[in-house]
Amino acid sequence: MRAIRFGMRSLARDFRAGELAVLGAALIIAVASVTAIGFLTDRIGQAVALQAAEVLAADLRVSSPRPLDPARMETARKRGLQTARTLSFPSVVFSGDDSVLTAINAVSEGYPLRGQVRIAPALLSEPAIIDGVPARGDVWLDTAVLARLGIDTGAQVEVGASTFTVAAVLTYRPDQTPGFTGLAPALIMNIDDIEATGLLGQGSRVSHAQLFAGSREQIRALAADIAPELPASARLRDRGDAGRELNDAISRAGRFLALASLVSLLLAAVAIAMSARRYAERRLDTAALMKSLGAPQRFVVISSLTQIVVIGIVAGLLGAFVGFGAERALSVVLSGLLRGDLPVPSARPLALGFGTALILLAGFALPSVLRLSTTPPLRVLRRDLSPPPPGAFLTYGAALAALVLLIYWSVRDVTLLVIIVGGTAVTGLVLFLVGRLLITLLSRGRSRVGVAWRYGLANIARRGSDSAIQVVAFGLGLMVLLILTLVRNDLLAGWRATLDTEAPNHFLINIQPDERAGVRDILVSNGLPAPEFVPLVRARMTRVDADAVGDRRFRSERGRRLAGRGANLTYAEQMSASNQLVAGVWWPAGYEGEPQVSVETEAARDMGVDIGNVLTFDIAGVQLTATVTSLREVEWDSFQPNFFMVFSPNSLRDYPKTFIASLKVPDDQRGALLKLVRTHPSVSVIDIEAVLDQVRQIIDKAALAVQSVFVFTLAAGLVVLFAAVQSTLDERRYESALLRTFGARRRTIFAGLAAEFIALGLAAGIFAALGASVVGGLAATQLFNLDYQLDPTLWLLGTLTGVVVVGLSGVLAAHGVVNTPPVRTLRAG
Amino acid sequence: MRAENLTKQVNSPEGALTILDNVSFDIDGGGSVAICGPSGAGKSTLLALLAGLDEASSGSVWLDGTELGSLDEDGRAALRARRVGFVFQSFHLIPALTALENVMLPLELDGANDPRQRARDTLAAVGLAERTRHYPNQLSGGEKQRVAIARAFAGKPAVLFADEPTGNLDSATGEKIIDLLFDLNREQQATLVLVTHDEQLASRCDRRIDLAAGRLVPDS
Repeated sequence: MRAIRFGMRSLARDFRAGELAVLGAALIIAVASVTAIGFLTDRIGQAVALQAAEVLAADLRVSSPRPLDPARMETARKRGLQTARTLSFPSVVFSGDDSVLTAINAVSEGYPLRGQVRIAPALLSEPAIIDGVPARGDVWLDTAVLARLGIDTGAQVEVGASTFTVAAVLTYRPDQTPGFTGLAPALIMNIDDIEATGLLGQGSRVSHAQLFAGSREQIRALAADIAPELPASARLRDRGDAGRELNDAISRAGRFLALASLVSLLLAAVAIAMSARRYAERRLDTAALMKSLGAPQRFVVISSLTQIVVIGIVAGLLGAFVGFGAERALSVVLSGLLRGDLPVPSARPLALGFGTALILLAGFALPSVLRLSTTPPLRVLRRDLSPPPPGAFLTYGAALAALVLLIYWSVRDVTLLVIIVGGTAVTGLVLFLVGRLLITLLSRGRSRVGVAWRYGLANIARRGSDSAIQVVAFGLGLMVLLILTLVRNDLLAGWRATLDTEAPNHFLINIQPDERAGVRDILVSNGLPAPEFVPLVRARMTRVDADAVGDRRFRSERGRRLAGRGANLTYAEQMSASNQLVAGVWWPAGYEGEPQVSVETEAARDMGVDIGNVLTFDIAGVQLTATVTSLREVEWDSFQPNFFMVFSPNSLRDYPKTFIASLKVPDDQRGALLKLVRTHPSVSVIDIEAVLDQVRQIIDKAALAVQSVFVFTLAAGLVVLFAAVQSTLDERRYESALLRTFGARRRTIFAGLAAEFIALGLAAGIFAALGASVVGGLAATQLFNLDYQLDPTLWLLGTLTGVVVVGLSGVLAAHGVVNTPPVRTLRAG
Repeated sequence: MRAENLTKQVNSPEGALTILDNVSFDIDGGGSVAICGPSGAGKSTLLALLAGLDEASSGSVWLDGTELGSLDEDGRAALRARRVGFVFQSFHLIPALTALENVMLPLELDGANDPRQRARDTLAAVGLAERTRHYPNQLSGGEKQRVAIARAFAGKPAVLFADEPTGNLDSATGEKIIDLLFDLNREQQATLVLVTHDEQLASRCDRRIDLAAGRLVPDS
């Protein structure tokens, strides 16, 4: 108790004396940046999730081939959720004698709950966002339908028994992703008109959907309530499983954000460790004196710990407050750039920031503080005596544990955790070893340089491990800055380039075998490349080995759905470029043996299927049995036609099939598609530009977040640099006073200090570039599936920044050292 | 106080270095003793061993009836808190604390009653009643050493160790400080152990112990 009281009382005094101020400032900036990044990533993560919800036009979507219980909508409304209802089914739209098979979408007031519908007043005119649904008696029709019918807005069309006026051209609706009923050109009508069309009779293929939107908690609760009572035919989807393409993109965006936020954690840790070391160094005399005056070790530790804990709490609160404020300012700037306002952040980042402060202190400050207790009391007589250094296990064990805990808390991704911790630890160790090596080399070479350099290099050599630690700190700080700027840009550019150059923007589906030549001719004659036709065979899986699919136990709900629903199969001689074999062997060219199938790895896992299993499919009443011989990883966001099941060509070749193709059609060549639709009415053209746009927007938002986050990380990095310089300030001041007393000119001392920091900066810069290259390469290949090429500017910028920033910091620090009158310093000593 | 066959060796690049070699003596309670000798004779080392700030390589020290070797570091600290005061050559005041707070520190460590009032009284006794709220950097060298003396005596120690108490002071100030030290020592009937190479100061002590190259000079 006495120790706590003593610690508390001397807190204010120590703070006044500047001993705790450095630690406190480092902590506040660390927590502020972590909190601000946390808030921002949380908000942008939510914005990205909202974007994902567009695919469903809701946060939660229940769909079923049978009518759904209307009471559910009522319950949801009572709980404060927004609701809407849609009916979708294929039907033929007539205009005079012309007709087109169209996806009819009857929607209720409120649709879409997420995202917006865009319509244009006439063909080829500028579309605009529309708030609301078609009036009764009106329909909005897709460009493709209008083109095929040869009509424009204002015309009359017949749907079932009713006649409607085409009120607008439908250019975009949120839930039109492939995989939905909306593959065919679409029509939107008011749900109240549907009864009169008489199309809802027996045998119609209607998909009923209930749409819900609300807060995360509301949606979670509703989903939990709905799930158990849903009939087997119904499907419940939330934004989490809204489209594989978007899911992949969102998970990538999330990784970018996590990467950015943990960089500042690393910097914070370095800053805290340095300032805690300085704090402990400056308390050595007091600790020795207290012990000589009769204080037990416990007293020294508890009084210091009290100070650390109090400063942790205060700095944690202040930092979280500053972080929140900074984020508010930032989101004002960002809100103009993002569509819609950023959602309100959750409180998690506050806990993250505050917890960060305490965990960082425990991991990085505690070893230094505990070391105080072993200060020999004899130090009061012999000032050169220091406590033994803390054990390596305590120092590094505590730091590593804290770091792993914080990084995992922040990223919640084990792969990323391992890569980052591994990359950082290896770089740190290499930096330390090379730092020591450099110092040894420098101390040998200093007889060949002038007095200033000799003084500077002697300083580096004399501080041995300390200099190496500074190289490590500078190096690590610089490394993460490099990762954030150059490596991030390279990764982002690489990824976007993949999407831009390779991703098709249109799918052609339902191409009959004999139509292939005609389709190819139209495209080629209009200057488009000849498409690759991918066969598609509709089937249903009936058995896995001897088990009937219906009786089989699946590891997950997704597995049951995948196995139970109608499947699109294909066959191929060679594996598609967007696929990668992860297990087994692909069949050889010209293979004519027993049927083989290659399964997408996640689908295989969910269905509990592995190499060697025999799958049986029902294809239009005929049974096909094939052995699983390989597993593939699929890049779904390549937007190439991809399949869960790919068969050896001989197994499927003779079954009834259609073909699909994907194309990249430049804007000015879209006319070719209209021509294609007219000459091949059964072929459906699906514009996936809108989906691509969504993905691009998500990338842009993520990039924007990372860039803003970079501002904070830069600030944190500078604090680390300054803390490192500060930690040697007392010693430097004393030396400078001595040297000046002996007649050294200020300029000489100045040059010596600059030389020292330039040398340190150079070493740190070189190894930061090395570390950034390694981590960047790992991230590119392991996380983002991109080819990574070594960037020479990384090295140039790394060393240059090291020399300039570290040199400049040194000179800035030296400024104060040289200007202190020697007499004052010597007297104080 | 008693030292018996005290030896202190340290490791150096040239091998083991003997700083104190088999030193034995007794000091009676209440008097004053000067430990004298040239630089490097082992004076400060002897003081550190007598005060329990350091451990001997061999031999024993009895302080106020307790054998220091039988105590661990915390045990020695507790003994110091109760029975020992210190005055150092370079004062060793805590810069962040006021004069009053510096004097209060050992009283608080020992859990004494009303440390504030006792510290105030002791500061008044050394002539610094007006300086209680000053920080060390606002005090002159002589004033700093008075605060240090007040700190040493505030806990009414049985033994007071002083390491070159006038080493950082001019002769006039040093003289005043010594007067104060001896006066307070007499008043409180403590045992004063002084390390010095100031012959004049040594001559004011009841007894002197001379060291040369780590050994006791026989007739001291």
